[in-house]
Amino acid sequence: MCTVCGCENGESRIEGGALSTNHEDHHSHHEHEHEREHHHYGKGPAHAHAPGLSQARMIQIEQDILGKNNRYANDNRNHLSELGILALNLVSSPGSGKTTLLTNTLNSLKEELPLSVIEGDQETSNDAKRIRETGISAIQINTGKGCHLDAHQVGHAIQALSPKNESVLFIENVGNLVCPAAFDLGENYKVAILSITEGEDKPIKYPDMFYAADLLILNKMDLLPYLDFNVEHCIQYAKQVNPKIQILKVSAKTGEGMEQWYQWIRLALQKNLIGFKSSSHKIQEST
Amino acid sequence: MHEMSLCEGILQIIEDQAKVQKFNRVLNVWVEIGDLAGVEIESLLFSFDAVTRNSIAEGAKLNIIKLPSNAWCMMCSKTISIKQRYDECPDCGSYQLQVTSGDEMKIKELEVG
Repeated sequence: MCTVCGCENGESRIEGGALSTNHEDHHSHHEHEHEREHHHYGKGPAHAHAPGLSQARMIQIEQDILGKNNRYANDNRNHLSELGILALNLVSSPGSGKTTLLTNTLNSLKEELPLSVIEGDQETSNDAKRIRETGISAIQINTGKGCHLDAHQVGHAIQALSPKNESVLFIENVGNLVCPAAFDLGENYKVAILSITEGEDKPIKYPDMFYAADLLILNKMDLLPYLDFNVEHCIQYAKQVNPKIQILKVSAKTGEGMEQWYQWIRLALQKNLIGFKSSSHKIQEST
Repeated sequence: MHEMSLCEGILQIIEDQAKVQKFNRVLNVWVEIGDLAGVEIESLLFSFDAVTRNSIAEGAKLNIIKLPSNAWCMMCSKTISIKQRYDECPDCGSYQLQVTSGDEMKIKELEVG
């Protein structure tokens, strides 16, 4: 257990090591976390909820259950934004072709942009290996029994990975359309990947995820002639849940539509760097 | 499935409070859960018992205060009640809705002894 923030790591590991390996660095940008908690609680004896109970008392807390995750997420977001890093949280169900999409993206953009990857899976570092074969640095988080990445794990992984300034950091979340929706990691955008071999009604079956996503990538479009997938219905469902969602149709395998996705990444990075140049010089001078 | 993590979050908050407020037993916990928070109440209750075993909150009762969800319809310019994120406005049928409440997940108060 981490003695500074009291994090219970359970079974999650970063690249085989326990989560709490890199704590000293990590806490340098988390140290204000404890001070920030504020709560207003009733003082003195219990109020109306527990009349007559001698020792019992009521304490009002009013704290978000995910407050701790959200504080770590904000720390991650601030840290990344100081370095001008664009972070994309890739979410999907298992088997949507997320890792293939990612490796092809890395191969296509690596000459042009600095890139790095955080891989989340319950077990194995197979995906991180696949990523490293592209020559891009990657770090694996194994969540053990966990069904999602949380901001605390990602904070550690960012420290261990130390991505370059003004780079793109891809965070490949655990394949799961439910839980990762609730856990902010400090990313700039959530990108949901849905393959058309899945049902076209996924956006309304798992509305929380598509509501949280900024971009929806419909993958495996090359298979469309062989399937009963109605693309228009799928898009309609997605817009129903999230009127602001942007949608791209691609095939990571054939490369169809992938240029649009690369363009989206370039624009997102450019947008992220607006107003960054001056602070970038400051950081470089001071180090 | 993430109800287990939520319960760990609840327990963490309780343990932090125990240090500050100096209590060593928890009898009741009240949490507010919005309709759109994506929380399965049964699963939350089940996980709570499992997570709090051998902790300061062992045996405490988890009380759920369910909160309704509302959205702002941009077409009608008014607040409407919704059940799902993909609901349409009951008056005009538009999907241009901005969810304004219903995704809360909050510990409200504790009864401690």
